[in-house]
Amino acid sequence: MAEPALSIRGLTKVYGNGFHALKGIDLDVQQGDFFALLGPNGAGKSTTLGVVCSLVQKSAGKVTIFGIDIDQDFAKAKYQLGVVPQEFNFNQFEKVIDIVLAQAGYYGMTRREALPRAEKLLSDLGLWDKRNGSARMLSGGMKRRLMIARALMHRPKLLILDEPTAGVDIELRRSMWEYMRRINRDEGTTIILTTHYLEEAESLCRNIAIINNGDIIRNTNVRDLLAELNTETFLLDLAHPLEEAPVVEGFEVSLTEPSQLSLVIHRGQQMNDVFAALSEQGIKVVSMRNRANRLEEMFVSMVNSGQNAIDQTQRQEAHA
Amino acid sequence: MNATQTLIALWTLVVKEIKRFTRIWPQTLLPPSITMAMYFIIFGNLIGSRIGVMDGFSYMDFIVPGLIMMAVITNSYSNVASSFFSNKFQRSIEEMMVSPMPNWVILSGFVLGGMARGLGVGLIVTVVSLFFTRLSMEHPLLTVLVVVLTSALFSVGGFINALLANKFDDISIVPTFILTPLTYLGGVFYSISMLPDFWQGVSMLNPILYMVNVFRYGFLGVSDIPIGWALMAILGFIVVLFTVALKMLERGKGIRT
Repeated sequence: MAEPALSIRGLTKVYGNGFHALKGIDLDVQQGDFFALLGPNGAGKSTTLGVVCSLVQKSAGKVTIFGIDIDQDFAKAKYQLGVVPQEFNFNQFEKVIDIVLAQAGYYGMTRREALPRAEKLLSDLGLWDKRNGSARMLSGGMKRRLMIARALMHRPKLLILDEPTAGVDIELRRSMWEYMRRINRDEGTTIILTTHYLEEAESLCRNIAIINNGDIIRNTNVRDLLAELNTETFLLDLAHPLEEAPVVEGFEVSLTEPSQLSLVIHRGQQMNDVFAALSEQGIKVVSMRNRANRLEEMFVSMVNSGQNAIDQTQRQEAHA
Repeated sequence: MNATQTLIALWTLVVKEIKRFTRIWPQTLLPPSITMAMYFIIFGNLIGSRIGVMDGFSYMDFIVPGLIMMAVITNSYSNVASSFFSNKFQRSIEEMMVSPMPNWVILSGFVLGGMARGLGVGLIVTVVSLFFTRLSMEHPLLTVLVVVLTSALFSVGGFINALLANKFDDISIVPTFILTPLTYLGGVFYSISMLPDFWQGVSMLNPILYMVNVFRYGFLGVSDIPIGWALMAILGFIVVLFTVALKMLERGKGIRT
């Protein structure tokens, strides 16, 4: 089996104030994967990625990128790596073209190699017309795309995207998703994504790790994770308004609006049974949708159960 | 990185630094030219004509090398201090940190950028001085050597200042409270032979005195201090400060958490 694109063993980070940001995490991301690293704010996502791209110094543990140990040859490992950080981190007063060409130069690319690459990436990301403008004149979405173009200049095999679509409107977000899918599918670039939009992780990623309080609490593939969901809630839009919720034996049905029902389906239950029962009562359903993002429900439940366990431990310690 | 890639990375950083200070030339190149022209007019022409001869030269001829050196020192220092700190502040330093560029290349790139501005401003001030006096160089090679070394030394100093700085105020403290007094008291405007013995001794502790004197020696052929010793001291300072800056960069001082 090929070396993982990223392998992390026992990664620990203790900040100067004694805060344990990472508590010995293990993580593997296989080559070609589209991987999501999820977690609430302060869980340790950015610290983990910061160690991988040398912005954070680890306290202990081992990190290899395509088999290259960062403690042995970080420079070689960095060639494999492209980074799109959460915050804008380019000189806002520089020209767009200068920003991407400088990045290529830092990787030792000649201008002759870098210029056509810059033209392709900026064109693909809709920024070629803006190349001679100052970066500060770009919109928020354009700045994010500029950081993606910059990160791809040296053709990295592993692309790290730390909340790349934060603050980006829906249309642009979807076009960025398509672009990321394309470089993952067509160029085989391994992508690691952190995001707050769980719909994004569900839509794009094959594998997922959930990090909370410096520990990886789940590391699995998205399909298996979603299969674990015991319940799903659907909203049914009705053709005619009702005064009260119909009774459907074995199902939780409630009226959210006069023309809308909320239906909770447990694993193993059949939707057909609900529709049959509603039809018998003369209720016509015109459309149906998930009430909430499924992954989001699971994520919230996992993080909350983790937090409850911590709270319980702290209470026990306080009583001891 | 192989040697060619390393050179490309270094060249990229130097060009980027030069572009930065030339893009904002009204802030970086114009003010020192005007300030120095004022010095030449006021101290050289108006007051200097009443002061008379200093170390066997007209006062204007005496202060020109010192003023050029003063411009080189302050501009080399402030260019690196403000540029590197801006990179820290805007987090664009991360562009370099995530790249495979070795730390010595990052340090050298900023230092060479600072030297480009310091020496560029030095050249502009030299040209401005030609409107007020006729310059001649007794020891051209020595003059160039000492101005290049001094510019390198203060560029490294500015880099260390920026690494340690947490806010913009921190990069103005050293130039305002240390560099400017040392420069003014470093024999730019007077010969230390005019001072009582005690203050001559105190002046000898000022490193800028050595740089100004060697530079003046290059122009006029006169100096208050031994040239060889001064050159050794400048080289020694460069080696020490460069090593300190590199160690700080490797430890991620002020830039890695």
